[in-house]
Amino acid sequence: MKVEKYLHIVCLAMAAAIGYFAVLPAAHAEYGDVVINNYADKRGMRPVVFPHWFHRVRFRCKVCHADLGFKFKAGGNEIDMAKIIDGKFCGACHNGEIAWSVENCNMCHSGIPGTPTQIHESTQQKLVDRVNELNKARQLEAGK
Amino acid sequence: MNKLIATLLLLGISGAVVAAEKTAKGSTADAPSAGISAPPSATQTGVGPFNRLLKKPKQLNLPPMEDGIHDPANEGTAMLQPPAEVLADWQPRRTAGNGVNWVEALRQGKINPRYERTDPDAVPIVMDLNIHRPVRSAMPDVIFPHKQHTEWLDCSNCHPAIFIPQKGANQISMSAILLGQKCGVCHGKVAFPITLTECKRCHSKEKDTPYKDPVPTAAAAKTTARP
Repeated sequence: MKVEKYLHIVCLAMAAAIGYFAVLPAAHAEYGDVVINNYADKRGMRPVVFPHWFHRVRFRCKVCHADLGFKFKAGGNEIDMAKIIDGKFCGACHNGEIAWSVENCNMCHSGIPGTPTQIHESTQQKLVDRVNELNKARQLEAGK
Repeated sequence: MNKLIATLLLLGISGAVVAAEKTAKGSTADAPSAGISAPPSATQTGVGPFNRLLKKPKQLNLPPMEDGIHDPANEGTAMLQPPAEVLADWQPRRTAGNGVNWVEALRQGKINPRYERTDPDAVPIVMDLNIHRPVRSAMPDVIFPHKQHTEWLDCSNCHPAIFIPQKGANQISMSAILLGQKCGVCHGKVAFPITLTECKRCHSKEKDTPYKDPVPTAAAAKTTARP
């Protein structure tokens, strides 16, 4: 039956479209935005979104990455509020003197709950993480 | 007959999902054509998703309320400055990354970020030394400018952990960079990313003698020949 055959093709194309949109979520945050979710989710807070661009306008990389000891790794610094209040990491500036203090919880803790630690729009995210996602989806499909 | 009913059911569900997608995106295309014209996913075709994944973003500098990472239900999100307020009129615009050329912005004096946390007048220790890295392919050679990098960074950021400060000691490849190593520790995360529009920012020195593919010898051809 010709009509039936055609319907199958349409179905396949639509399934492909659904798969495409399901695997690739639409997030277009600013390049370099870092989501940090080491502890936040577990402790009932929204994950932190660190806007690199905003800080880059005000400070050179050296200030945070050499002087304050931030490693070049998302989530690699294991920052928690105790360290910040102690004047380490973000707390070196976010102390009410150089920048606003820690009472503005939800200006940092502003991410969508459940968002994993990542550097947004990084090539690593686009290539490695997404390929891993695709492979996982492929394996799931093969397992069915 | 059962098959036909199942097919129609599936079609109905797919149609509903595609229609929902359409409403969410505010597209004017009708549902069936949107379904057919969408690129097939890599899971369907088995094609390597490499190039497809590195395409440039459609929109740059979205405000936090719409960027898909910030929670619009969070009060603090509305208080954050949208990047376009600051970055949108920096010229020349780029098509990748933040849509701006940070080094150029510094040179033009659009920004004067602090070099010391508490001292607005501290002057960076800039080293002007270009490193010429020959490239064994048809790509132009790489000129690494220390000047632009030391305007932002400290020597200890790169040396010796990422780059051994010795000629010929660092093997660098585009694969390593794309995977976040070597130059990729910053480029592709925060500094300008690896896209087809940015290649020549690093690969900037045309070769003195035009590149020629090495002619394979009989022995080499034998070892690389496919069965």
